[in-house]
Amino acid sequence: MKTELNPTTDGANMARRSFLRYAGASAAGIALIGSAASCKKDRIMTTDGIDIGSGDIGILNYAYALEQLEASFYLQVIATPYSGMTSVETTYLTDIRDHEVLHRDFFKAAIGAKAIGMLTTDFSTINFSSRASVLAAAKLLEDTGVRAYDGAGYLIKDPGYLTIAGKIVSVEARHAALISNLIAPGSFVGDDQVDINGLNKSNTIAEVLGAANGFLKTKVNAVNYNYKA
Amino acid sequence: MNLFNIIDEIEKVDPEIRDRLNPRRAAIKNITSFGSKVAVAAMPFAIGTMFKKAYGQSSTSVTEVLNFALTLEHLEAAFYNAGAAKAGLIPAADSAYLNLIKRDENAHVKFLQGVITTLGGMPVTPATYDFTGGNNKGNGPFADVLSNYATFLAVAQVLEDTGVRAYKGQAPNLIGNKDILTPALSIHAVEARHAAAIRQLRRSLGQAPTIKPYIVSSATLGNDTGVPAANNNYKGEENVTQGGVNLVTALGVSVQVATASFDEPLSKEDVVALVVGSFIVTN
Repeated sequence: MKTELNPTTDGANMARRSFLRYAGASAAGIALIGSAASCKKDRIMTTDGIDIGSGDIGILNYAYALEQLEASFYLQVIATPYSGMTSVETTYLTDIRDHEVLHRDFFKAAIGAKAIGMLTTDFSTINFSSRASVLAAAKLLEDTGVRAYDGAGYLIKDPGYLTIAGKIVSVEARHAALISNLIAPGSFVGDDQVDINGLNKSNTIAEVLGAANGFLKTKVNAVNYNYKA
Repeated sequence: MNLFNIIDEIEKVDPEIRDRLNPRRAAIKNITSFGSKVAVAAMPFAIGTMFKKAYGQSSTSVTEVLNFALTLEHLEAAFYNAGAAKAGLIPAADSAYLNLIKRDENAHVKFLQGVITTLGGMPVTPATYDFTGGNNKGNGPFADVLSNYATFLAVAQVLEDTGVRAYKGQAPNLIGNKDILTPALSIHAVEARHAAAIRQLRRSLGQAPTIKPYIVSSATLGNDTGVPAANNNYKGEENVTQGGVNLVTALGVSVQVATASFDEPLSKEDVVALVVGSFIVTN
């Protein structure tokens, strides 16, 4: 074990950097970050947010929130294809849409009455007519999904839920590798995602939600896991 | 190693453990405040030894899981090392791509050896391998694995997908153990990245023209690789029921979507049956 590595800090930097990159270094993007940062002091800003809750249901709701985000994104990608989308890209992106929609619907069914509500997304920073913009956002979502499941796995108490999370995270990792290779062939285990020990990087709930909320009008909180938007 | 989990586990069979460990616990608590990785490195060796002697179960099963993982990583690393060493097997155009996977598998070996050693365990050593799957006869179902690039990639495909299933199957044995489960899941994700990448490569080379980066099973056959000899490696991938929800009947998706959206685990026994006595040589 390398003691000098600090994947958590690195992850936070990554999440923040990616967020900046994809939320755009626009005035609006900066303003959004500014308001997110000030929310700790001004809770009135976040009364419309949703909290994932605690325990295994909290983690399942966390996953459900991320799958909702991914599903909404790919539904839009397929509804308004970027210019020059090749047939194999259409096939892959349609498949991924179907997988993410199923993950979303599965969590809704599995969590039942304790499921969080439908989230409203904000993809105003993504240019859906641009291949580069869409694939960069897809990469961010997939990579974040993998890091989120890997980072939250230890919080799950029920072995059945842990196995289900495991069944999904490897599919997200397959998506991540695929999208990465579409952007730059041979980048499926890039050092932005995989460390020198050959481990995929992971992120805390707070780090992931900090990035994900950039794509959400309905802010997702996790007060039991030290995160409030 | 999550020390407090271990103490919790021990407490179930020895309610007085906290009292007896009390002076040391204070020290341990101070150490962990610097971060768990430091804690493992700095943990007094005597404590680890004491735990092992008196209460072997908990930490032994973790090192057993890790040694099982290491057994598979040795196999994968040896496989890619052999492929890279065989002149003329891997085309120059794909060499960098496959070297990334070789690099990761060798890194996994080193990482697991380090963790097992830190936990006071003995890392398993590499075995003798027969990449044809012939248990040292060199004439298994993949007889031309080191002379035919398509066979090499087919075996790579099967090993990666099986590796993903093997790690997934072990996750419940590491439940709640932040310092071991997290890296195990992180290797699991990297194996899945490899599996997707090999699938993409096989497709782009026309070796498996319709294969997807994810496992798309039919209602009766888990295996989508076009390699019938690997049917057992994919057995169970055709499952469409998750957490009691039948994805096809309750959520109205196709079998293809249902199976591709969820990867299935394999038990240790199943994995051993698939690789030992074929790829991993037994006497």
